[in-house]
Amino acid sequence: MQADKFSYDNRIVRLFMIASVTFGVVGMLVGLLAAMQLYWPELNFGMPYTSFGRIRPLHTNAVIFAFIGNAMFMGIYYALPRLCKSPMFSPFLSRVNFWGWQLIILAAAITLPLGITTSKEYAELEWPIDIAIALIWVVFGINMIGTLVKRRERHIYVAIWFFIATWVTVAVLHIVNSFELPVSLFKSYSLYAGVQDALVQWWYGHNAVAFFLTTPFLGLMYYYLPKAAERPVYSYRLSILHFWTLIFLYIWAGPHHLLYSTLPDWAQSLGVVFSIMLIAPSWGGMVNGLLTLRGAWDKVQENPVLKFMVVAVTCYGMSTFEGPMLSLKNVNAIAHFSDWVVAHVHIGGLGWNGFMIFGMLYWLVPKLYGREIFSVKLANAHFWLGSLGIIFYAVPMYFAALVQGLMWKEFTPEGILKYPNFLETTLQIIPMYMLRSIGGALYLIGVFVMIYNLMKTAYAGKFIGEEYAEAPPLSPATHPEPGEHWHRRLFERRPFLLTIFATVAILIGGVVELVPTFLIESNVPTIASVKPYTPLELEGRDIYIREGCVGCHSQLVRPFRSETARYGEYSKSGEYVYDHPFLWGSKRTGPDLQRVGKKYPDSWHYRHMYEPGDMAPGSIMPAYSWLHENTLDLSDLKGKISAMRILGVPYPEGYEDQAEADLQTQANSITKNLKSEGVNTSSDKEIIALIAYLQRLGTDIKLKKTESTNN
Amino acid sequence: MSVMLVLIFFSISTALLFLIAFVWAVRNGQFEDDYTPSVRILLDDVASSIEPNPKITPNQTPSLTPESHASGQV
Repeated sequence: MQADKFSYDNRIVRLFMIASVTFGVVGMLVGLLAAMQLYWPELNFGMPYTSFGRIRPLHTNAVIFAFIGNAMFMGIYYALPRLCKSPMFSPFLSRVNFWGWQLIILAAAITLPLGITTSKEYAELEWPIDIAIALIWVVFGINMIGTLVKRRERHIYVAIWFFIATWVTVAVLHIVNSFELPVSLFKSYSLYAGVQDALVQWWYGHNAVAFFLTTPFLGLMYYYLPKAAERPVYSYRLSILHFWTLIFLYIWAGPHHLLYSTLPDWAQSLGVVFSIMLIAPSWGGMVNGLLTLRGAWDKVQENPVLKFMVVAVTCYGMSTFEGPMLSLKNVNAIAHFSDWVVAHVHIGGLGWNGFMIFGMLYWLVPKLYGREIFSVKLANAHFWLGSLGIIFYAVPMYFAALVQGLMWKEFTPEGILKYPNFLETTLQIIPMYMLRSIGGALYLIGVFVMIYNLMKTAYAGKFIGEEYAEAPPLSPATHPEPGEHWHRRLFERRPFLLTIFATVAILIGGVVELVPTFLIESNVPTIASVKPYTPLELEGRDIYIREGCVGCHSQLVRPFRSETARYGEYSKSGEYVYDHPFLWGSKRTGPDLQRVGKKYPDSWHYRHMYEPGDMAPGSIMPAYSWLHENTLDLSDLKGKISAMRILGVPYPEGYEDQAEADLQTQANSITKNLKSEGVNTSSDKEIIALIAYLQRLGTDIKLKKTESTNN
Repeated sequence: MSVMLVLIFFSISTALLFLIAFVWAVRNGQFEDDYTPSVRILLDDVASSIEPNPKITPNQTPSLTPESHASGQV
């Protein structure tokens, strides 16, 4: 049979490679800045755009979607055509995928520092960008599935299954979690409220880790690790088992992010059980990766590519053991809201994703430029810098988490909190924060060493834009047999088209039928004393969202004695029914704020936000002095009220017109109160709205007698 | 907690989708050979020398030096 001649497009691989490395540096620099702000708050330069609450999402989005995302596309656009023995379906769609993705990243880089955010972790981008992500993701899907349809190799290699799972699941997750009602071009409210929003968010959040950071990279591991080691994967059969068990288990583990929250217990337990089960496929995959190198460990000694991949796979194993352990309730009671989670995600991010990417780069660049790597020594230096960086990052964070987690829970023999002042527990771990940023800096220096090495390699070689190849065409096996039914052809011959149609059908059906019926009508208040936010509080809440307060302050008091003694009554799901979006948070760098309302006078908040150190000496919270100068923007107020009403918040008909007057009345009374406490300000400042919101928090069901503990 | 119905619906739909794909893959014979595919990916389909390509001269062909690192497949 005459072989087909064709060529692989390496230019798109190079584009994604450059983007990944560039944004990797940016994302890690922002991460380093954020890490240093935790012991040196002045590093926010007194500007809103660089304050911790706004750059933390910038860091996470940059490393997840720009660094790791572009690297994922790089890896797939190189591996997929070769596995299919066919060029990508459409070079044009490849370019749309590339430039579209970079525009989305650009939009994120602009909007997040401006405070335009939904506040839902790893889904912070506002609705127009969400739509763009969905469109570009579809482009990627068409391109990938088109390539599969045109493939010249009948067998679908296991890596491709991982890529398909990534595409399908991320599409579903992104769409379901992004249901939001736009108020203006840059502001929307989540369709879900409170505990429901939390569940959707962490169903998304957990599976984003699973299907954006894990499955695509497992696919890449099953391609690049054997290629680099020049030997087949240890057990192909195990890799198939790995894939199918992993995808059927992963999607149910999300509720482990909400242990001891107001989520029903059975749902929490479901999340725990599936998390524990996940150890099996995950470790199967890790063992499969490591055993691929059996009898070839001498190669690992010489070859930096394999060194990086061995550490990456080991970190995958560590993370996927640690994850299930963290989802055990007794471990979670101490670890949740602490730096343990930060350490955990960085073992995954720096170790698994980062080192897989570096391994792929050291393998790909010589391939693309027809030259050996410029310096193996420098690559080894990078390896050790990176590895040390991970250790210096993770170990202090584990230590910090245990110290702080236990301090939060410690009682004196008399039965009162030993460390009633939250700040005391924070100051205890400042040295750990310093060590952590040294770890991050080492890791970043390693990346610069890599960039130098790769650029030297590229300049010495010549870029091979088109790689020519040939392969026999696939013999047409799809002749309909006589008497064959049409559905056999449809279901058995066109699985990928079927996948697309089925997904689209499911999504449309789900959106139209389920969401409005269930969500909006079910948001009836279950606690009579819980009332909607006043217009001023609503505006204050949006400032809280804009400044990213949720990055450091939770709003969820768990039912532990140590928490009720410190913060007050534990949280009830009925309290959150008007919270679009929920603001439970996932990390307590500062104290919980669920019961902060009426705990301090208005003037305390005013002064604290202006200069936190004045009210709490040694505080690492940055100052928010711009809130005291900015005039509150009321242009969207009417839209916000009516959007909330559509979402089921019982503002009376026509309240839009009265809202501004109500807002002024409340603002004036706060200003008057501030004046009586010795603070002169005008009632149209943003800080007034924020004070109104903070003083309202948790007061709906607060007992009349206020707790005497202070934080 | 009606949102659970939504999530369960989408989760089950996704799982069903994968189940269909799995059944297809089994019936298609995708998993009948559980060794050859792992070796096949190691081989590159470099164009044969029938018409030498001007863009790839022999010494530019990506890393054929065996003692170097990573690559070296033919």
